[in-house]
Amino acid sequence: MNVENIESIQQEIINEFDFFDEWSEKYQYLIDLGKNLPTFNEINRVNENIVKGCQSNVWLHAEIIDDKIFYTADSDAIISKGIISILISVFSGQKPEDIITAKIDFIDKIGLSNHLSLTRANGLLAMVKQIKIYAMAYGSKK
Amino acid sequence: MKDVYKIREDFPILKKKINDTDLVYFDNAATSQTPKQVIQKIVDYYEQYNSNIHRGLHSLSADATNQYELSRKIIQKHFGIKNNHEVIFTSGTTHGINIVSSGLESQINSSDELIVSEMEHHSNIVPWQILCEKTDAKLKVIPINKEGSLDIDTFKTMLNKNVKFVFINHVSNSLGTINPIEEIIELAHKNNSKVLLDGAQGAAHFKINLSEINVDYYVASAHKLCGPTGVGFLYGKSELLEALPPYQGGGEMISSVTFEKTEYADLPYKFEAGTPNISGVIGFGAAIDYMNDIGFDNIESYEQELLKYATDRLKEIPGIKIYGNAVNKICIISFNLSSHHPSDIGSILDQFGIAVRTGQHCTQPVMDYYNIPGTVRVSLSFYNTKSEIDLFIDALEKTSNMLG
Repeated sequence: MNVENIESIQQEIINEFDFFDEWSEKYQYLIDLGKNLPTFNEINRVNENIVKGCQSNVWLHAEIIDDKIFYTADSDAIISKGIISILISVFSGQKPEDIITAKIDFIDKIGLSNHLSLTRANGLLAMVKQIKIYAMAYGSKK
Repeated sequence: MKDVYKIREDFPILKKKINDTDLVYFDNAATSQTPKQVIQKIVDYYEQYNSNIHRGLHSLSADATNQYELSRKIIQKHFGIKNNHEVIFTSGTTHGINIVSSGLESQINSSDELIVSEMEHHSNIVPWQILCEKTDAKLKVIPINKEGSLDIDTFKTMLNKNVKFVFINHVSNSLGTINPIEEIIELAHKNNSKVLLDGAQGAAHFKINLSEINVDYYVASAHKLCGPTGVGFLYGKSELLEALPPYQGGGEMISSVTFEKTEYADLPYKFEAGTPNISGVIGFGAAIDYMNDIGFDNIESYEQELLKYATDRLKEIPGIKIYGNAVNKICIISFNLSSHHPSDIGSILDQFGIAVRTGQHCTQPVMDYYNIPGTVRVSLSFYNTKSEIDLFIDALEKTSNMLG
């Protein structure tokens, strides 16, 4: 499997959001992404996988396959699931060292930070932080 | 009531735009907006007589002290309090509850029982849990029923000689229920139990006379009734407040200090250590004056009209479930829409310029009772309008379509 690097995936997401003029189109896109998020394995719906700092419940699970980390996640709120879906497309299948050093700037550039209320924006930061923590944990095991 | 659109001119913030649409502010139970009369009173303080109170001999200090003490008189009169010194200024409801809960430690022992209700705000639960941890007293809970009212019959069976206190809110912040406090106070007093009434949600919506209802302690916050944040008051019957130890030590709360012994000041200053929120207290008084100018009878009947209109319109939307259907309730409507998460509804409504509250509203036991993660809460005020309710319903329908 040939995965693009984090930077080019971020650029694709920015390009995609550039199509939208209205906030409602961005939200609709997030909602649709959320609905299409792959089903979360119930075995992983445990307290240790809960991301703290989100208004809704968010579960994030990581596993390493052939030196790469694969993330799966779920939430009881659909917009959170949409955000998770974007984060997974950026980080899942990447190497721990790339995830740890990745500069995340697409959040500001897609114009969502203006629209996501602070609690949800904090939730987004909490998710990114948790993704990096998993990468650090797996990176240090190598 | 004075024309609502005239009243709205008093509130500069209501002209604000969010995403190029008019703000519809429906989060009044969290904090109410501030009229320019109150804002001006605070500005006047800083521009004309900002100084410390009670101690200074100069003119500014005298003006500040007079205005500060005038607020105490306004609050005393408005809430039907017998003695001026029974009004203690606090930083808000939570502070008031903590003055009492920490002060009661020496009066409570392991055989005592304390009663709260299932619909209390966390701030009227946690301080009593802490008190119980320190004293080994037991915390008992009055249950609620499906419509969101207290189960008074069960409450009656809970009263026994060990029950020392009942801590209860006047109005539920997540359900809007107005509790039958006269009956609760009478039942508690017959049982020789004291009652603390949390007035955070009630005080903004109707007038209450604390002497008439004969409650033992009462707490409220200014920012829920058109006043500034960070200020509120605690009422307690003189003999009860005198029996409580000071909450904080410092200046203002003493009559003499030597290293051998410090004499505490009399009420109310015993509980007002340090420089208080002077501008806040002055603004609080101005807020009560402002609301009395509008008239609480007018506020109550207009808000009931808004409540009925909003409830009827909400029920038109398929998939709406309202939590809290008590006969007596204030203009708070907690609801969920189909199986959508309340935070999704709240985030999208915000984009339409509609400010509502989502989540558990600091009442997790209520959410657990209904087995839901939270609700969307609409809380109205006398400056809201039916056309704002129409905008909200329209936005909610669009939100529902977006979420599919």
